[in-house]
Amino acid sequence: MQRLKLFIPLIVFAVLAIFFFVVQKQIGSGAYDPQNMPSALLDKPLPVFQLPDLLSGATVANAVLQDKVVLVNVWATWCPSCLYEHPYLLKLAQQGVLIVGVDYKDDAAKARQWLQEKGNPYLAVLDDRVGTFGLDLGVTGAPETYLVDRSGTVRWRYQGPIDERVWSETLQPLLAKLTAAQGG
Amino acid sequence: MRGLLAGLSLALCWVLTAHAAIDPYEFDTDAQRERYRHFIEEMRCPKCQNQNLAGSDAPIATDLRRELHRLLLAGRSDREITDYMVARYGEFILYDPPFDKKTAVLWLAPILFLSIGGVVLLAVVRRRRSEPDSAALNTDERARVDKLLRDDSSDEEKPL
Repeated sequence: MQRLKLFIPLIVFAVLAIFFFVVQKQIGSGAYDPQNMPSALLDKPLPVFQLPDLLSGATVANAVLQDKVVLVNVWATWCPSCLYEHPYLLKLAQQGVLIVGVDYKDDAAKARQWLQEKGNPYLAVLDDRVGTFGLDLGVTGAPETYLVDRSGTVRWRYQGPIDERVWSETLQPLLAKLTAAQGG
Repeated sequence: MRGLLAGLSLALCWVLTAHAAIDPYEFDTDAQRERYRHFIEEMRCPKCQNQNLAGSDAPIATDLRRELHRLLLAGRSDREITDYMVARYGEFILYDPPFDKKTAVLWLAPILFLSIGGVVLLAVVRRRRSEPDSAALNTDERARVDKLLRDDSSDEEKPL
């Protein structure tokens, strides 16, 4: 017993070392991201918005999402990950996924040029120049994507660019479920 | 040494002032300014997770400070402002979260660890007190020591 006691510090050290190793490993593989906080909006209605459309200038409000399962994608031209994400959004739009863009704290002219040059995957693009809607959504940066169901409730939030992996592992099953559950 | 100390205390002053973000915000009353200061100290920047709003230069922290200023001037209560922030960024944003099911571990763990430490300390002290003094010699040992000392004094000249 007395001898066993001598090993207590070593055992504590080993347990901690294993713990930190596993956490570090998960951060490395992307399975655990300490920056990824659960959204406060999950299972809550999407905040009310009323913003000009980036392209037409017409006022867009929550009605644009009505009775649709929609991705709300927060993006900006100043955001490098958005550039990486953009082709994939185009691909999703071609497959029939409905995406509403939120041009977050951006230069409207640059944003219009971006959509013209690279293509426009969005159903509508809200011009959130001051970032008030972004704040209501609780974004911490761009890109961020929210999945909103037919009732206008936020079902999922993703921080970072959507790509093949996110789509096939998480988004597609969820989207399929939501579309089916509410009578497609 | 004195120079070093002076340097250190200077550095400390610098650290203390450096984390106060300077925004050109005007307030109607000193009380409002005080509440603003309190909020930016007690709320965490959602982007850079180990800084408060006061210490962060992230765009989102700037936006949140602007929002705080707006809400304060609009006459919202502390409660309303806290609820507003929590509704958007979750309780994560509070450096001083309320006690509930989710934060129970956070609040109680220090007390738990302190009591474990206290119990262990008490046990060790008790044991030490009840054990016979291990430094004291029993009769056998004392006899041996006496003999050795005696031998030593008589054989002083002998090489070892």
